[in-house]
Amino acid sequence: MPPSLLGLEGATVRFAGRAVLDTVDLEVAEHEVVCVLGPSGSGKSTLLRAVAGLQPLDAGRVTLDGRDQAGVPAHRREVGLMFQDHQLFPQRDVAGNVAFGPRMHGASRTEQRERVAELLELVGLPDAARRSVAALSGGEQQRVALARALAPAPRLLMLDEPLGQLDRSLRDRLVVELRELFGRLGTTVLAVTHDQSEAFALADRVVVMRDGRIAQSGTPLDVWQRPANAFVARFLGFDNVAAATVAGQTADTPWGKMPVPEDAPQGTRTVLVRPTGVRVVPADTGLRCTVTARTFRGTHVAVRLQPEDAPPLDAACALRSAPEVGDAVGVEFDAAEIVVLG
Amino acid sequence: MRPRGKRAERRAATARGSAARLGLMAAPVAFFAVFFAYPVAAIVARGLRVDGGWRFGRIGDVLAQSDVRHVLWFTTWQALASTALTLLVALPGAYVFARFHFPGKQALRAVVTVPFVLPTVVVGTAFLALVGRGGLLDELWGLRLDTTVWAILLAHVFFNYAVVVRTVGGLWSQLDPRQEEAARMLGASRLRAWRQVTLPALAPAVAAAALMVFLFTFTSFGVVQILGGPAFSTLEVEIYRQTSQVFDLATAAVLTLVQFAAVAAVLAVHAWTVRRRETALTLVDAATTARRPRGRGQWALLAGVLVTVAVLLVLPLAVLVQRSLGASGFGYYRALTREDGGAFLAAPIEAIGNSLQYAVAATAIAVVIGALAAAALTRRDAGRLVRGFDALLMLPLGVSAVTVGFGFLIALDEPPLDLRSSWILVPLAQALVGVPFVVRTMLPVLRSVDGRLREAAAVLGASPWRVWREVDLPMVRRALLVAAGFAFAVSLGEFGATVFIARPDNPTLPVAVARLLGRPGDMNYGQAMALSTILMLVCAVALVVLERLRTDRSGEF
Repeated sequence: MPPSLLGLEGATVRFAGRAVLDTVDLEVAEHEVVCVLGPSGSGKSTLLRAVAGLQPLDAGRVTLDGRDQAGVPAHRREVGLMFQDHQLFPQRDVAGNVAFGPRMHGASRTEQRERVAELLELVGLPDAARRSVAALSGGEQQRVALARALAPAPRLLMLDEPLGQLDRSLRDRLVVELRELFGRLGTTVLAVTHDQSEAFALADRVVVMRDGRIAQSGTPLDVWQRPANAFVARFLGFDNVAAATVAGQTADTPWGKMPVPEDAPQGTRTVLVRPTGVRVVPADTGLRCTVTARTFRGTHVAVRLQPEDAPPLDAACALRSAPEVGDAVGVEFDAAEIVVLG
Repeated sequence: MRPRGKRAERRAATARGSAARLGLMAAPVAFFAVFFAYPVAAIVARGLRVDGGWRFGRIGDVLAQSDVRHVLWFTTWQALASTALTLLVALPGAYVFARFHFPGKQALRAVVTVPFVLPTVVVGTAFLALVGRGGLLDELWGLRLDTTVWAILLAHVFFNYAVVVRTVGGLWSQLDPRQEEAARMLGASRLRAWRQVTLPALAPAVAAAALMVFLFTFTSFGVVQILGGPAFSTLEVEIYRQTSQVFDLATAAVLTLVQFAAVAAVLAVHAWTVRRRETALTLVDAATTARRPRGRGQWALLAGVLVTVAVLLVLPLAVLVQRSLGASGFGYYRALTREDGGAFLAAPIEAIGNSLQYAVAATAIAVVIGALAAAALTRRDAGRLVRGFDALLMLPLGVSAVTVGFGFLIALDEPPLDLRSSWILVPLAQALVGVPFVVRTMLPVLRSVDGRLREAAAVLGASPWRVWREVDLPMVRRALLVAAGFAFAVSLGEFGATVFIARPDNPTLPVAVARLLGRPGDMNYGQAMALSTILMLVCAVALVVLERLRTDRSGEF
């Protein structure tokens, strides 16, 4: 593993006695793209501000290239931060915004001009230099903000909800562009978002946060396949989570006994049943349920099922075979889609 | 629908809009024509017309006089110096109020605003008690400033501190702090980020505040009248002297015109900067931008501002109260209730009743006229003509109040408008000064009402009148009350015009104070202090009520 560029050790920030960032340890390696994922209020923006030097730490430390950053003011840390709502300077045009960083670093006029041209080209707005930032569309503002953040060539680029305010189709397109761009430039990136699809699409590694602490850290595939606990599972959108007693290859859950993979941990655990692991069968077999809702999702139909004496279950059904609301159905479980959480 | 029909329809709608606007503007326009333009024009004509012919040559003659040139020069440089000094002293205050949370902030905000609504006469008196003969500094260190220009400059800072704190601080507290943070992330130091990002955003507000302060100090009357002595005289004081003591109406008329021209120029610049202020800044909720001071530097800044406020703003008022008590407890106050037959036909204390009655009437007039004008100015289709009207409404703030007062006397003395002996004369003059405050307080609020709310109401079946009643009124009710409070305080303190038209047996508080100060003896001096204290308390109470009502602090006053 390459040497780590950014390190947080026991980083703690308290607001009015409450820890918004609670002894967080985190490393980001050179050229790595790390996405911090969490609901609002989980402390992810504070994490960025602490690294940036905009928010002093109450305990712990932040290192860049192994050097403690305590006492290094924000403008000397050589980290870039793209703000949630961009914070473009309204009094300056696009070029003035992009040139701001190089200018602060003492670049000559010619250098500034070249850098602006280069970056606007990079973000796909080669002719926008003289435009007013107020006249830009949301997507264009996002690109200009990115160009501005990249212009001083920061060692670490941080993004706060980079695509938060854009509409969905634009977001899906830009996330691919960003990923491609960061790969090409070799930029080290620490991004925060509350949107899991954004995080999974962008990151080499995903860090899930909850109440100022790190709940799980791993590759997108890892986190998706094996959520560390019920919170992460629910946050990722899985609602079929329940307490269970695991013995051998069987788990005893509120939905009855179900098969689990061979290597599953034993004892009192939490199980997650993916919607794809909930198979709808005729009413006279398996767990008896009533269909209470049915939502078309494009590739499949999400069906909500209500068993008689257990929490509701989400199931993903094929488009053609999905039952109607009010139908009585049976449910069986698929061991491959059941995860016993740690 | 055919394009032609559409165009005709739009024209009809525009015509309807214009008619409505004219209707709203009719009353304010008539009011200003009769009670402002006409009296001022009458004075100017009295001075410049001889035997039915205009003598414009007199303008040159008057301006050639060296003492007139001296007055002009002094008026200009003391206004510039006062403005610079006020900005220097008040900008740190604006920052502290905008960006820091500290205990007692609300109360302190009210405290710094008290001087602004205080009558100029009270301000002059308070400074006299502090830096004048036998004043606090004189007693302590033998230091007297009342014969120097410093007394005037300090009084002007005292007076206008709140203008800067409110105008600049109001905008400052709504600037997103993350703009500065964005600059810092790009490599700008704290100071550089402020200079590159915050200062440009604040510049129009600073310019607007500076212009207001310049306007107020350029036309300063009561303060200079009391503190200036024979050595220092502004245009306004000189107009008063020429009119009421030298009886040289020609010189007074020329000076009035000069002041008018200067003020019109300043207002034109002001209107321009105000319009620029409305450009593309993203503003955030002021409540989210302030936090507790951090680090030694910020605590030191806060302490510095608190000390400044204590010494410059609170101390003069405290000294005023202390002098009003004198050695004899409430003796001076008791003396106010006795008839003395000298300067007063009735007991000075009756001036309180007079002042309150006049101020209530003036407030009612100012609110009606000002609200109508503000409503006309808010209409979306307001054109260039209407914007001109906007600037016109500010003129009474700058045109010589003395001229207005004297103009009332000589213009409104024959049928059909023989108001010479009517009590309404005083409130009318005071309302003239109150209207600009009403308009300035109401406009930002009215303009911030989202047009789509009105459209939503209209689509739901509300007539234009109902739209105003159901949408606009609930949103501006507070602003209306605040405006009324300002008009009340300003009317209460109006001096320049009232001094001419208030009848000897019915003086207002400021007029009574000035008369007491003009007479020798400790008793009169003490009574002036006592009466000023009463006036200050009335204004302070009005202001505290205002502060409680006020929600949005982005207005201009």
